[in-house]
Amino acid sequence: MSAAAPTPGPAPRSPAEPDAPARSSAAPDATAWSSAAPDATAWSSAAPAPAPRRARPRWQETLGLLARNPSAAVSAVLLLLLVLVAVFDETLAPSGPNEISVADRLQSPSLEHPFGTDDLGRDIFSRVILGAGVSLRVGFLAVAFALVVGSLAGLLAGFYGRWVDDVLMRAMDVLFAFPAVLLAIAVLAVRGPGAGNTALAIGIVYIPVFARVTRASVLGVREEVYVRASRSVGASDLRLLTRHVLPNAAPPIIVQTSISLAFAVLAEAALSFLGLGTQPPNPAWGLMLAEGRGYIDLAWWLAFFPGMAIFLTVLCFNLLGDGLRDVLDPRQRTLMSGGGR
Amino acid sequence: MVVLAGVSVIVFALVHLVPGDPVRLALGTRFSQETYDALRERSGLDQPLLAQFSGWLGRALSGDLGVSFRSGDTVTSLIAERLPATLTLAFASILVALLIAVPLGILSALRPRSVVDRIATVLSQIGISVPEFWMAIVLILVFSGTLGWLPSGGYVPLSEDPLGWLERLVMPAVVTGVVSGSVITRFVRSSVLEALGSDHVRTAQAKGLPGRQVFTWHALRNALLPLVTVTGVQLAYLLSGVVVVEIVFSWPGLGQLALQAVQARDYPVLQGAILLFAVVFLLINLVVDLLYTAIDPRIRR
Repeated sequence: MSAAAPTPGPAPRSPAEPDAPARSSAAPDATAWSSAAPDATAWSSAAPAPAPRRARPRWQETLGLLARNPSAAVSAVLLLLLVLVAVFDETLAPSGPNEISVADRLQSPSLEHPFGTDDLGRDIFSRVILGAGVSLRVGFLAVAFALVVGSLAGLLAGFYGRWVDDVLMRAMDVLFAFPAVLLAIAVLAVRGPGAGNTALAIGIVYIPVFARVTRASVLGVREEVYVRASRSVGASDLRLLTRHVLPNAAPPIIVQTSISLAFAVLAEAALSFLGLGTQPPNPAWGLMLAEGRGYIDLAWWLAFFPGMAIFLTVLCFNLLGDGLRDVLDPRQRTLMSGGGR
Repeated sequence: MVVLAGVSVIVFALVHLVPGDPVRLALGTRFSQETYDALRERSGLDQPLLAQFSGWLGRALSGDLGVSFRSGDTVTSLIAERLPATLTLAFASILVALLIAVPLGILSALRPRSVVDRIATVLSQIGISVPEFWMAIVLILVFSGTLGWLPSGGYVPLSEDPLGWLERLVMPAVVTGVVSGSVITRFVRSSVLEALGSDHVRTAQAKGLPGRQVFTWHALRNALLPLVTVTGVQLAYLLSGVVVVEIVFSWPGLGQLALQAVQARDYPVLQGAILLFAVVFLLINLVVDLLYTAIDPRIRR
């Protein structure tokens, strides 16, 4: 367990750490955060600090720090835009996803069709916009499922320890032993293709990741003074878990959520690409890539734009995840970076 | 062992979780009652569940993974046929990945926040986020389409045509290698940084040892530990997770076999492939643990 060695070291560790030009104002908060990460006393609202130091709510402070990290801030804005695009896709798309017009097939990008048209004359720009909804829905559903199930397992395992821990974490080890892509493929083989099943398949794959992250984080919080104090005045387990343990164990889970979203979008694209995820004629990015593959030397735009959309979305989630880690949890390095890769 | 037992139960359950009758699904719509009965009997699906499991487990332990619903070949022979291609690609990819990651990671750790470091960080972030199948398609477009330097896919054994083997290996290995390499680069960078900042390195510097010696013997050795873990994880991933790349490059590996099995509803083959991958994953973890003991004397008791 070399990772546990406390080496705060003068050298910067996180790759996407902000430049810290605004030392004067940013530094105090930043140091308070980093020193608080593993034994998160500062995280607790009930910290033994006598003075009421709660000038701003914690999440505002987090947002403020995040805004100072340019790549994370830009990513967050782009993702917000993407969500808006996905919500208003019908209004934004110039034409329907399946408006076939054989006369306009395989047109190169132009003013009328910014991303060109595909082999059936469908407008690729519209399909990329409508594909955003598919990708994000599956991604969010998958991660939400993994987050709820995995974190619950990790929370119980970490909090109760002993046999609960053994049973739950052994089960997670079993799940983790399956290769990610194949496990998802196997789930789809059993349940049949489609968007809902794709989300379920990807969600199952990420359960053990969330369970491990949560358990590790809960273990660090469980024996904190405020937890023991609350226990000694007779707080119930439920109250301890929801009021003290979970909020203080949350930062690594939040970071993991952002990173998992990146991989979930990627996995959805891969599964659709293989023909197992979203089914045609729905406009999923992976599916469009697969369809465009046959025309790659004739019409590069068929595969290029959906691929670019996947790439940028995944990149933004990754950068946001890195930024969140720097702010929320600077000492934790990617516990299992590339869980699925 | 517990994990292995759990894995085998899940793999076994796979066939039985399929809604409906797997044999009926595998045969499609047109088949006679005789072929149905024959296949059902041959795959042992007419026996009680527990007997099926013990029989399957016993045979799996002795290397018999059943018979393909489709071709009638044994699953073991199908897997053995595909294994060389997958192993070749996985090891070539990890080689590419390490060739990228180790120098790049060390360079950026030695000069944190320098131009090199920034470029490396951006590149690895891009490498992690780029969809492999998209990169594969772009490479095919450029190198076999426009430039015509490399064949767009396929596989020939090394013994038959060494040059053709290499030509076909380059692109898939680069695609998967770049992705894994990006992940590993970040690990190398952070573990070297951590090692450089640690007390024993400062002690060695204080003793007045030459910088190069401090670096190789004191910093790099310690940075090796996380590298072994992440390389192991990546290797396990590469052995199984390159399904998509195998498809794009028509690489006849195990991933392709598994996908074909899904499409043909050939459950024994899928079971066999998944079981194999899970076992390989556990084996790699075991090897990583053993390597730890070899590298880090503190773990030796």
